[in-house]
Amino acid sequence: MPLQAEPHIATAVLSADDRWVHVATRLGMRRNERRVEPGLYRLGAPDAKSPVCVTANYQLSFDALRTALVGRDAWLLVLDTRGINVWCAAGKGTFGTEELVARIQATNLQEYVSHRSLILPQLGAPGVAAHEVQKRSGFRVRYGPVRAQDLGRYLDEGDCTPQMRQVTFTLAERAVLAPIEAVHQGWKMLLAAVLLYLLVGFWGALVAVVAVLTGALLFPLLLPWLPTKEFASKGLLLGALVSAPLALAARASLSPAWAGMLAALGLMLMAAATVAYLGMNFTGSTPITSQSQVKREMLRYLRWMVGSAALGILLVIVAAIGRWIGA
Amino acid sequence: MSVQTCAVNTLQYDAERCIGCGMCAIVCPHAVFVVEDRLARLARAEACIECGACALNCPAEAIQVDSGPGCFTALIHAALYGGEPTCGPRDDADCGCGETSSSCCGDDKKTSCC
Repeated sequence: MPLQAEPHIATAVLSADDRWVHVATRLGMRRNERRVEPGLYRLGAPDAKSPVCVTANYQLSFDALRTALVGRDAWLLVLDTRGINVWCAAGKGTFGTEELVARIQATNLQEYVSHRSLILPQLGAPGVAAHEVQKRSGFRVRYGPVRAQDLGRYLDEGDCTPQMRQVTFTLAERAVLAPIEAVHQGWKMLLAAVLLYLLVGFWGALVAVVAVLTGALLFPLLLPWLPTKEFASKGLLLGALVSAPLALAARASLSPAWAGMLAALGLMLMAAATVAYLGMNFTGSTPITSQSQVKREMLRYLRWMVGSAALGILLVIVAAIGRWIGA
Repeated sequence: MSVQTCAVNTLQYDAERCIGCGMCAIVCPHAVFVVEDRLARLARAEACIECGACALNCPAEAIQVDSGPGCFTALIHAALYGGEPTCGPRDDADCGCGETSSSCCGDDKKTSCC
């Protein structure tokens, strides 16, 4: 790792461009390119006694940290996590013991501060062994709060309340993750809509659009209120529910009648499978699911999801044939 | 043997090794551990999301947990193509779960996914 000669400068204020970057990133635009230069930064006018706060080089992480320190003087130590946020990078190991120890050495941190203390975000803990860092660098790791916005209070009070140490998944926190799910399904949704239109007409296309938007947007919002405990079954139920009225409309719009029936059933099965799949996909964005839980659900529901999709497609195709031959 | 386990996840805790440092309670995002009288105990083992922070930060190695990626895409990938689920190094910023993995890393997301 190259040595850093001089600390960079950071401010605690977001520019208009920074704000735009936040919006764009949440919509998935150039999400992999939102990085800042790793290394040591001055925020305000820090001296030898000022705290050292560590973060990842993902721009949104860096911005969350610096804006939480408005009006304060601090050293910011930015680790190279290749533009990934703290918690994900910690899980991967890039926000980790090795990178932290190496970055301390490369920035010559010990020359800038007289204390030997580092403040890390609590969610960096899956990647950092505090006792290892101390042994190898001489710096003691203190874990600050989960949320950057509590950092000011942590610095003033010297410790965290239990609430500051717990991760939540409120409606607002779920909502902010939803748009990118929808954006990533965009072309698949349009393709499905076109195919279903050709097979069973307008209502089929609408089911495609509604199913994807339900899975990507509605599912995250309604998550805790959906009746079962499992993401997969929550998705199957929501998909069936949301598609039912549209499936009935499809049935009414198609002839012969038996083709309408099959189309309606097929659309509901496809919608259920779609929302269940997107719901399971969402587990990767939640702070409340464990690998064991996702494995368990996968083993239990994957065959139902695949079966529902396959049968649904089959029924829709048969219905389309029925329309075409006009029997 | 004094190792406590949990039916719904891979968390294991050996109270006999505990030195009462309190790190597990500090780093856990779901208050799984409570430290009283210089001894940790499992208060909410079923709430554990297997992030691995406690196990990594326990200087006494009293805690074990399997903290691999819990994201659906990674698990499907591993099931189909073999190998362990991984957020492997496909590309610098990419998760390895798949190019179009929308729900994975990147956002200011807090998750034990990849």
